[in-house]
Order: sequence, then structure tokens, then C-alpha cells
Amino acid sequence: MVKDQEYLENKASYCLDLAKKLGATDASINVGSSISETVNFRNKKLDESNRSDNLGVDITTYIGKKKSSISSSNLLQDNLNILIEKCIETTKNTPEDEFNALPDRDLLAQEIKELNLYDDTHIENNDKIKYLSVLENSASVDKKIINTESSFTEDKSNFILANSDGFCKGFKTSSFVASSVAVAKDDKSMERDYEYTLKCHLDDIKSAEELGKAAAENTIRKLSPKKIGSEKIPIIFDKRIAKGILSTFASAISSSAISRGTSFLKDMIGQKIFSDSINIFDKPDIIKGLGSQSFDSEGVKTETLKLVEQGILKHYLIDTYNGKKLNLKSNGRSGGTSNLYFDNGKIALKDLLSSNSKSLYITETIGHGSNIITGDYSVGATGFLIENGEFKYPINEITIAGNFRDMFQNITLANDLEFQYSTNSPTLMIEGMVVAGK
Amino acid sequence: MSNFFEKSDLSRNEAENIISDTLKKCDDGELYLENSKSESILLDDNKIKNSSYSSDLGFGFRAVSGEIVAYSHSNEISKNSLRQSSDNLKSTLKSTKGNYNHSIPKSNKKYYENINPIDQKSLKNKVEILNEVNKYLRSKDKSVKQVTANFSGEQKSIEIIRSGGETLTDIRPLVRFNVSVMLEKNGRKETGVYGVGGRQSYDAYLKEDNWKNVCDEALRIASVNLESKPAPAGEMKVVLGPGWPAILIHEAVGHGLEGDFNRKKTSAFHNLMGEKVASEGVTIIDDGTLDNRRGSLTIDDEGTPTEKTVLIENGILKNFMQDRLNARLMKTKSTGSGRRENFRHIVLPRMRNTMMLSGKQTQDEMIKSVDKGIFAVSFGGGQVDITSGKFVFNCTEAYEIVNGKIGSPIKGATLIGDGPSILKEVSMVGNDMMLDPGIGTCGKAGQGVPVGVAQPSILINKMTVGGTKL
Repeated sequence: MVKDQEYLENKASYCLDLAKKLGATDASINVGSSISETVNFRNKKLDESNRSDNLGVDITTYIGKKKSSISSSNLLQDNLNILIEKCIETTKNTPEDEFNALPDRDLLAQEIKELNLYDDTHIENNDKIKYLSVLENSASVDKKIINTESSFTEDKSNFILANSDGFCKGFKTSSFVASSVAVAKDDKSMERDYEYTLKCHLDDIKSAEELGKAAAENTIRKLSPKKIGSEKIPIIFDKRIAKGILSTFASAISSSAISRGTSFLKDMIGQKIFSDSINIFDKPDIIKGLGSQSFDSEGVKTETLKLVEQGILKHYLIDTYNGKKLNLKSNGRSGGTSNLYFDNGKIALKDLLSSNSKSLYITETIGHGSNIITGDYSVGATGFLIENGEFKYPINEITIAGNFRDMFQNITLANDLEFQYSTNSPTLMIEGMVVAGK
Repeated sequence: MSNFFEKSDLSRNEAENIISDTLKKCDDGELYLENSKSESILLDDNKIKNSSYSSDLGFGFRAVSGEIVAYSHSNEISKNSLRQSSDNLKSTLKSTKGNYNHSIPKSNKKYYENINPIDQKSLKNKVEILNEVNKYLRSKDKSVKQVTANFSGEQKSIEIIRSGGETLTDIRPLVRFNVSVMLEKNGRKETGVYGVGGRQSYDAYLKEDNWKNVCDEALRIASVNLESKPAPAGEMKVVLGPGWPAILIHEAVGHGLEGDFNRKKTSAFHNLMGEKVASEGVTIIDDGTLDNRRGSLTIDDEGTPTEKTVLIENGILKNFMQDRLNARLMKTKSTGSGRRENFRHIVLPRMRNTMMLSGKQTQDEMIKSVDKGIFAVSFGGGQVDITSGKFVFNCTEAYEIVNGKIGSPIKGATLIGDGPSILKEVSMVGNDMMLDPGIGTCGKAGQGVPVGVAQPSILINKMTVGGTKL
């Protein structure tokens, strides 16, 4: 069992009291407990089980405008005493920073919203094994599938965030994740692909059959890929990678990148950075939402933000420290976004696919090719060539490149938004990017 | 040495009994105990942004039977917690009928000192150096708009207790010093990053004023990038500089030669043992035995002493990198490549310091031989798809080559290639092998471990450059 609220509160208040006693003017403590159990299958047989029992504490102490922090997985009192003493000592020796402070009291969350993020169901490893057997059988039907690796993870967490201004709150969350990675082979090539399902509640995850079938299909259709020539061509991003464009957008509007001047979106509030039809939301209170939360990592209450309205940037993602630096109030985004998504587009996927006589449909990108300082983007990609709305053949060993400033202005969204992750995008097309191939 | 049982209700003797009992009919397994201390001091935006310290303690208990691995870990080193883990392992491996393999090679060699780098330099001193770095860079060039510099250091003590009570220990220091600088000129912003590190004290890298070298290098790279123009798109010849660009070898070939992917036959190399996989003159080794290097280990995380493993010799595939599990199943021996990020993770076969050895040509000869291509001097991160063999990495400093001469710098572009065929496209191997400065972290299955790379300059006949200029 994960540690209960009382245990975590006791640890947190012990740390707070000791920090104050040793000379901290302010302090904030996060105590967390999580238990995670995973079972892995390979080629229809049990391959690995992994049980993970985690405890951890993060302590930040302030002496005036000086700040330092420690973290530890050892919550024995002796160890906490040594660490807090060390933290205070380090704080004294760390230079002042005028912007160091706990969040404004009036911004702290007053309540925990009932968001239904915790499912108490525990499934024994035997039941995980049953699910995985069905999954792997379903994934291995086709002879072209030569290897399957699947896993099922159940995760339960609890935490308490407390600070010396009296904030002391936390909540439990759970997740159930099943995934399947398949390898397919023909005489010309060997390819790998995957499918997964992740939910807070057990009842909401995809069925084992469905998951296995999807993993196999995703993989087999990639066999015998071709390389194409270098050209400018419309690129369609599958939903599972389209969300990456939103994640890059989120890092570029984080108050830390803005205040440091290391973002291509600095000073762009009120400017039109996307095409007219684009609206972007960050909504923390979606029931069972994978990114849902009542407050951010500093305890500041979170409300829905319409980050982009008809193409115009309306908000940065602001935490306390960088907010003070920018002379803005925290909007509860310390630690990033909650449930971030593009509002649905207007056209059907089918129409998006056939809107150009020739386009590329990308299902996977590799490499770390997003530069948020310059906005430059260049990554390796695999996918399919589309002609007149039809999938022609798989493509690999190409790169796609552009600059986000231009890419954002040339986005067309399909109307197939679903909430599968914490960041979600409908299928998305960007025109004007360059493909490098042969 | 950490005494893991000092403050626990669990005695060493009791632990040994639980271990032996749990692993009785297993093929392999051990209790892995770890105590690590780490620090990070960060200067950013003219201020000390963060000074943090962390201590991490826990165990991971592993039982292996046939191909099945059962693993359980916890922060609490206690009787109750170890018993719970033992029960969990037994419940996965219901009926085992293995024979515990007691043999583990021994060695007295050590590749780093038993030190705690965190205590060897005062916080005050580290803060002073970071402030100096900031001042130095900002005064050296007016276009410097942002400076980030940080120290990170750790000491990790591990103990491995095997069935029967055999015990292996190691204490591993690791430090890193990193500088990142952003320049702004005529509305353009570009960055340069450089760092140094390894398994020694900070002073081994920063004595006297040689932190200035790190700053100068970061500034030089940023200045080059300010002048960069859009990169070309398409297939062309690529000359790689010596040292850190060996990340190409790591991604393109190294991962594909790890034992697990080959046992599972998911690596593009799995059926190529003994075959020609690279041009003549290409020799690649993975070496855990270099003194004080970031990727070096006295023993791996299963207790096996590390070694120098020849992977490819003069173009022929010779060995995979193995941990105990994959070695047993592939009927070979562990190469001391079993590694884990920490006690929360299972052991996997991983790289240590992966190196392509020197050949005979000079870098000049390579550049002169290229009509149209690029010269890549440094890279950011890379990634590989083991199964299709396709890999990428991002240039952080690169130039175009026109008619045998180095031309303008080009913007960071991704290079993409095919692992199994790229080494056959190597047409020249330089005589200038160099180790990287000690900055690499390799990610696999969600676990990051420190690694090193090395190579001479090499000429690759054909790679796809992911620029925007058609």
C-alpha cells in the first residue's frame, strides 16, 4: 500500500518544524510515496516482473532571499536531521536572489477538486499475466510478426505538499498502462512499432485483443519501406506525435525560457503566432484527465487557460520565481501544463489526407531536433507516402525540417481530437516543410 | 564504505539467509545495495539559481530463472521490506528448477580513486568559480546574453550480495562541469555548450584557471553558429571530426551490438557475427578499463570486472556486449557490461567507453577529397531505432565542404543514416583518435548511465543531411 495522508503529513510537518527551528525563515516540503508493479511478456511468455516501492522527500529552505534544496529517499529520522541541517548550512552559503519566495498566499489552492484520479482496484500479477497472454496472442496472429514484447503496469501514488505559510495538501492518483511492441520481418526489412493504453481507471483501458491487434497492424504496414527524394511537401502528423508540437510550444512559453530570453516566443503575447483557426487550451480539471490537478507543484491553484485564441498568444506558463522576475502573477504552471490540447479542427481526417495530391503521413520521429531558442526543427522520421488521400507505401530514413515560426502559421487540424494522453492533438498537417531523403 | 545494515533491524546474516533462500533454485540473482550522494550547483541568468543535495538509499533484489527476471526494489532496508520483496520474487517465479551459477571472475584492478568529490571542494569555492565564469564570459563578448554553468558531482557506493554470501563492492566518484552560453547579434540568437568530466575530483579538470578553456570553447561554438546559414538537404559526403562525434558509433552501431537485442533477434546485427559489417580498417572496441573516464567501471552492476571488449576488428563483427543473463542464454561470458541507472532498475547490457581506433589518413586528406558535403565537428544528442537500424544525431557545430575546402558554418541539422550499412560507407579512417571530454549519458529503456566515446576523423561516403535548403 502507498503511505497514507497521515504518515506523509507527519513527515512533512516534522521537516517543516525542524527547518524553522534550525533557522529557516520559510520552507516547503514535498513527501511522496508510490508503488508500481509491472509484468513483462516476450513472445507469449512471462519475461520479467518488477515491483517498485518508492518514498521520497524534497525540502527547500529559505533564509530571507537565500534558498537551497535537498532530496532524499531515506526518510529515517536520523537521516532527515542530518539532511535538514546540511540544507540550512548550504542555504546560508548560497548567494541571495531577490526573486526567491514562496507563492503568494492568496494564490494558494483552497480546496482539492474531486477529479476522480484514483482507482483503488489492485490487480494481482496473475491477472496481469492473463491480460498479457491475450494481448500477445492477438499481436502474434500474423506470421510476419517475429517478436513481441508487452507490459502491464499498475501504479499508485500519494503525496503531500506543505509549506511554512500553512499550505498542506495532497492527493492520490493511480494509473494503469498496457503496451505492446512488435517486430515484423519480410525478406527486405525488419520493422518495429507499438501501441499502448494509459488511464487512471482500470475499466477505461483498451481491451487486450484490441491493443495487440493494433500493435501488429502498426508494425506490419511499415515493412519494405522506401526512401524518397528531397523536396518540399505537406506533412501530416499522426496524433501520437502531433502532441509533440504542442509540447515544444509549451516549453517555448514557459516563464523560465521567457525570463531568460531563451525562447523564440519571447515578447509574443498578443501576437498572432498560429494560423487564425487555432485555439489551444490547458485545462486542469478534466475528470479522470491524465494531467489533471487541483494545484501546481508549488501549491498554486490552477484554472483553465486559453493559451492561444484564434492564433493569438494570450498567456505564458508562469511559476512564482519567474513570475516575480517578469512582474507577472503565477498562473499555477510551476511544473508545466496540465491537460494541454488543440481545440478540434473543422475537417474530417479523410479530407485532410486528400487535401493535397501528394503528402507525407508521419507516425514516428527520432532525435532531439527542436531548438526553442531559434525555433529550428529537424528530426528523423518514418511514415507513409500519401497520394490522392490513399496510403501508397511506407517511408523511412528521411528527415523533416522547418522553423516553428513558419510551421505554426501553416497548421491545419483535423476534427479527430481524443484525450489519450495529458497533451493531445488532433491529426495535424503542416505545409511548407522540407523533407531530406535521397 | 557504506555499512548498509548499520541502522537497520536487518542484520547482514539475516539478509544473506533471505537471499540464499530466495535464489535457491534460480539460475542467477543478487541483492544490490546502493547509497548515493549527489550535488548540483547551478548558475543561470547572473545568479546562483540552485544549490541542491540529494541522498539516495535502497536495494534491488533480483531473481533470474531461465529467461525470466523477477525484480523488486525499495528505499527501506529492513527485515520486513526484504521479506516482502522475496515473496514478490517467489510469486513471479512459481516453480524454478535452476542451478545457481556461483562463478564470478575476480580482479584487483581499480580504475578510479575511492573519493567523495562533493566534499573535496567547498560550496563557497564552487560558487566563486561559477560567478567567475559568468563574469569572464560576459566581459569577453558584448553579445553574450545568457550564461548557464553548473557543477554536478556524486559518489555512489554499491554492494552486491550473491547467494551464499559472496560480496562485491565498489565506490564510484563522478563529476561534471558544464557551460552554456547564448549570444545575440542582429536579432539572431545562438548557443554554444561545452563541458568536461569524469571519475575524479573537480580539480582534476579545473585546476588553476583552466575552467576558462571550457568557457572559451562554448563561446567559440556559439560565435560560429551566429554566422551559420541554412543546412543543405539530401544525401552527401560527411566528414566527422575526432572525439565526441563518435556518438555516431554509439548510436549507429553500439546499441545494435548489445546482447539483449541480439538474443531477442531484434537487432539488425543479430545474424551477422563473424561477418564483414564495416569497411576494412574499422576497429571498434568498448572499454570499461580506462582510468578515470566517465564510462569506466571497476566492476559492473552485477559484480563482473569490466574489460576491453573488441566489437568489430578490421571490419569483422567479433563480439556483442553482454551481461550475465544474456551471456548465459547465448552461451558465452559476460563482458562486464551489465549496468543499471540505480537500484530502481534492472541490469541491462550497456556500453561503457565506445571507441573507434585510429587509422592512417589525415583529416586534411578527407576534406580535400570531398566536392560537396559537410564537416561535422560536434553533436548534441542522438537516437537509434534498433530494429530498422536507422539512427539520427543533431549537429551543434558543422560546416559545408565545397570543392575540397571548408566553407561556411551551417545551422544545426539532423543527420540520418542506416546503422548496419553506415560503417561500410566509411572510406577513410583518420590518425587522430581523440576521447570525448567526458560528458555523455546514454539512455536505454528509461535508464540513463554515464558513457564515453572516442574516434578519429572519418569520412563517410553517403549520409542524409536534414537541412532546409533544397
